[in-house]
Amino acid sequence: MSGPNTSFDPKQVSVLSADAIDGMAREACEAISAAATLAAFKEVRIAHAGDRSPLALANREIGALPPAAKAEVGKRVGEARNVVKLALDDRQVTLEVERDERVLAEECVDVTLPVVREAVGGRHPLTTLIERVCDVFVAMGYDIAEGPEVEAEWVNFDALNVPPDHPARTMQDTFYVTSADSGVVLRTQTSPIQIRAMLERPLPIYVVAPGRVFRTDELDATHTPVFHQVEGLAVDENITMADLKGTLDHFAQAMFGEGIVTRLRPSYFPFTEPSAELDVQCFVCRGTSVGNPDQPCRTCGSEGWIEWGGCGMVNPRVLRAVGIDPMRYRGFAFGMGIERTLMFRNGVTDMRDMVEGDIRFTRAFGLES
Amino acid sequence: MRAPVSWLREMVDIPSNEGGRDIAERLVRAGLEVETVEVIGEGMIGTLVVGHVVVIEELTEFKKPIRWCQVDVGLDHGGVRGIICGARNFAAGDRVVVALPGTVLPGGFTIAARETYGHTSDGMICSERELGLGDNHDGIMVLPEAAGAIGADAAPIVGVGDEVLDIAVTPDRGYALSMRGIARELAFSYDIDFDDPGVRVVELPAPASGAVPAECGSEDFGACGLFTIRTVTGFNPSAPSPLWMQRRLVLCGMRPVSLAVDVTNYVMLELGQPLHAFDLDKLSGPVRAGWAQAGSRLETLDHVVRDLGPDDLVILDDSGIIGLAGTMGGLTSEIDDATTNIALEAAHFSSGVVARASRRHRLSTEASRRFERGVDRVLAPYASARAAELLIRFGGGTYMGMTAVEAEYRPSRISMPVTEPSDVAGMPIDDATVVRLLQSVGCEVIESEGRLTVEAPSWRPDLTDPADLVEEVVRLVGYDMLPSTLPTSALGHGLSWAQRVRRRVGMALAARGAIEVLTYPFVGDHEHDALRLAEDDPRRAKVRLANPLSDEQPILRASLLPGLCAAARRNIGRGNIDLNMFEIGSVFRGVAGETLVRPSVDHRPTDDEWSRLNDLLPEQPILVGCVLTGERTPAGWWGIARPFDWSDAVESAQVIAEVLGVELTVALGSDSTFHPGRCAALMIGDVQVGVAGELHPRVIEATELPARACAMELNLDACLGAANAVRRAPAVSTHPVAKEDLALVVADGVPASAVMTALRDGAGDLLESIRLFDVYRGSQVPGGHRSLAFALKFRAADRTLDAGEIQRVRQAAIDSAARTCGATLR
Repeated sequence: MSGPNTSFDPKQVSVLSADAIDGMAREACEAISAAATLAAFKEVRIAHAGDRSPLALANREIGALPPAAKAEVGKRVGEARNVVKLALDDRQVTLEVERDERVLAEECVDVTLPVVREAVGGRHPLTTLIERVCDVFVAMGYDIAEGPEVEAEWVNFDALNVPPDHPARTMQDTFYVTSADSGVVLRTQTSPIQIRAMLERPLPIYVVAPGRVFRTDELDATHTPVFHQVEGLAVDENITMADLKGTLDHFAQAMFGEGIVTRLRPSYFPFTEPSAELDVQCFVCRGTSVGNPDQPCRTCGSEGWIEWGGCGMVNPRVLRAVGIDPMRYRGFAFGMGIERTLMFRNGVTDMRDMVEGDIRFTRAFGLES
Repeated sequence: MRAPVSWLREMVDIPSNEGGRDIAERLVRAGLEVETVEVIGEGMIGTLVVGHVVVIEELTEFKKPIRWCQVDVGLDHGGVRGIICGARNFAAGDRVVVALPGTVLPGGFTIAARETYGHTSDGMICSERELGLGDNHDGIMVLPEAAGAIGADAAPIVGVGDEVLDIAVTPDRGYALSMRGIARELAFSYDIDFDDPGVRVVELPAPASGAVPAECGSEDFGACGLFTIRTVTGFNPSAPSPLWMQRRLVLCGMRPVSLAVDVTNYVMLELGQPLHAFDLDKLSGPVRAGWAQAGSRLETLDHVVRDLGPDDLVILDDSGIIGLAGTMGGLTSEIDDATTNIALEAAHFSSGVVARASRRHRLSTEASRRFERGVDRVLAPYASARAAELLIRFGGGTYMGMTAVEAEYRPSRISMPVTEPSDVAGMPIDDATVVRLLQSVGCEVIESEGRLTVEAPSWRPDLTDPADLVEEVVRLVGYDMLPSTLPTSALGHGLSWAQRVRRRVGMALAARGAIEVLTYPFVGDHEHDALRLAEDDPRRAKVRLANPLSDEQPILRASLLPGLCAAARRNIGRGNIDLNMFEIGSVFRGVAGETLVRPSVDHRPTDDEWSRLNDLLPEQPILVGCVLTGERTPAGWWGIARPFDWSDAVESAQVIAEVLGVELTVALGSDSTFHPGRCAALMIGDVQVGVAGELHPRVIEATELPARACAMELNLDACLGAANAVRRAPAVSTHPVAKEDLALVVADGVPASAVMTALRDGAGDLLESIRLFDVYRGSQVPGGHRSLAFALKFRAADRTLDAGEIQRVRQAAIDSAARTCGATLR
């Protein structure tokens, strides 16, 4: 820091007159107002607030003033520089706002342009529906059991109480592997998984068994030789048919909504006795379309009920064939077709859509059916 | 089984306000599946009357012969009316069905008096089809004179307005293949008495004095426990069946043929006992049931010559085989329109024997369907008496008596606790109700000290086990009475690792744009040829179907690619040309065994039996496959299109590896299906688990896929074994990263993966990541070489790396690449 200037030169300090300083400030403010662009503004800032600007130079002269004049002049110069600074700040904000408005307007895009370059694919609705069914039972404490598609005839039929000449064998048109008496078939149902579960798992058994099954039907709008079933099996002490009914009611509600109930009708399956057909209340009309021609229901054909599957109490003969004591244990089993479920649940009208692999069909279901 | 409601009403006194639909509902509740309720002549409004044809005038001036008939329809309906008719199967004096003007026929056709062929036709003479009674349109219906008086209401006579229930009969309910059985169920459900026609003794005339009925016999009482023959002689072969019988046969879906045939069919429908009528004059010696000899033959009534063997139960006489027992008669003893002497067979054959024959000969008949499901063991003589009575009543003839052989009949006897139905159902059913319900289905029940001893009725051969009785009781109580309870909760394990992984693989592929398909597993060798699979390629499927739907595809797939290629082709044919499709499914490798292992079902199979059963099966691993064609990214406002290429196929495998947490390495593969220069072998360690890349141009040509189509196939099961179900957490360092880029020049033959591995090995633990970001070929590098540019990140877990340390590991990486790959720093 330089020492106090004791030699006072009135000629030199004339530039520090009030008029002169006001004039510098005025000039600066005019130039600032006149700067139309940020580039021009930058030059104006250097010219009027930079190190070589008149006010900066004037400021430097203050030190040369006599002490008596210093305070007053210093105050004046300080005020003038402050005025300029405020003007600069103000102008900068204005110019930046103007620039932003212009640039951001220029950078505007059409956000409605299609943006998906690579669309998400889709999982087959039969797959996701099977997962959905399994999840309901897994939540109830069931495990998922599986078995081979090419299956021993003994497992697919004999152990399920369908002896070789039983008419039930002809209920299911079977694909035989190698020859009609090789003892090897494409499984006609998921029920052989029950046999495997009972032979291989410890008691009690609670399993749900999804799978692909095969029958010698030609493909048409309502038939396919390759289709999917989900089967459930519970074997425990004291299992009752009422437990079966309750389990199916719970399942129906999980799948189709609160309050949906099931109906059992007597039927016949060799591997269950008693046996029943399983109907589920129509989840669309809930029965209101029955006898009400003004409000027909396409989902249930105005029947109020939809045929869904079969079920019953595991035939003690089946338990015997897998070495489970029927005096101590009882079981229930149920099964349903997944294609059929998808048809009425999701409104698929033609079986062929599910098997032909047309990507438009599957894509419509996305990752969840 | 088609059951006319009018016939059921004749057997059971069903309340008259109960219609066909109400009756059907009762049967459904009882466990008979009523598929349809058909109203005969549905839509018909107005009057049908019995008319008497008085005079016929033939009009010949028209293109076809036309009749101008004067028909008397009774004074109440205007007496004699003139009616124009085109049919020619009737004569003056015949009774016909006349629809009067104003009547609307089924289908909405309104009859009006109208001018036609120069006359006013004042009504219509009706055919079966016009009345909705059947398909017969050969001529108009001619009624027998006894059918009804002139002017009588014809609707009930011909069955208009009747309803027919079509019932799908399950294999355990053979008894429901008869009006008798269905009527019994109805009687229970309406709680009304049932007068069982199956045990009614029919009054037959005493056999003619000195009559000698045909002899009969059974060579095997196990297969044929009851065999009867009734003989009727002097029968009038031209006597017609009564109209009501014909109508009922038609309603039940059978064609009236002749009185003798119609009676056997009618009684079968009525009581459930199949019957067979022989022409007695064509028989020689006693008629009996016995086993065929190997090499014997029989021409059955359907004119098919059948090869028979020692498993075939047949009907024999001294001439040889004259029928296939319980299934179909033979041609040589068939009754014809000159038959006057009839031998009527009614027998009981074992259900298994008939089922086997029916399957072996692919011959399912009304008789075999009933025997397979079980016919009432004692019914035969009752049914044949009923038939003989009908034959004599409508065809005249003399009753010559019956011969019969029978094994002792022992009804099945079942013992169970009286609480069993209630325990199984899970609802209270009191003892008295259990007993009453079992009695109502015909069981004899003895109760003693809490146990029931139950003797099943002869018409319920399906009742053999306590469970069968439980079903009877619970269904009669009503399944709708079952409470809704839940079992004590199970202790589940959640999804298995394999099950979780399969879901996630599907989800990951789909999330990245792939679409799942589920193709049929049937393939043909031409599809293997199209994929250029060598004879010993494990993907060439060997598991063959004995009865494929198509001879073109008789084998079960050993690879997912044939199905995926076909699905891709189908999509392209429909204009879906940009395809990224995948399938997760099982394939069949190796061969299926053929040893016949058939363990007993009375106990658990031994471990040896169980493993032998499983040894029959081929390997069935689960694979993932995909096919890629067309564009991955379409051209758009963002830029040009990017087609799928080999790298996308490899990427899909890497995505799966990522999901599984396995380290999948890639090497140049050699696979006949793939482009030899663009084929990646997918390896886990030293084991190849899959293949990916661009398909071989010849494969693309043969499978008709677009050029440059790509594919991938990975054995998911093989990957699962190598995967880590529980992954270790990484140590995430918060010290600063050091980034180093380096470009290495290597000869063309050196794979990028080898250079990366060498860099990684050289750099050691401080290397956090390595990324190849550029591949350059051109003037800056020598010919036959390329430059690979890598971005490396170094980081220590416990400190900031200093410049010297970074320089050392960088150099170590370069040295390693130089040593193993001949790389030089560019």
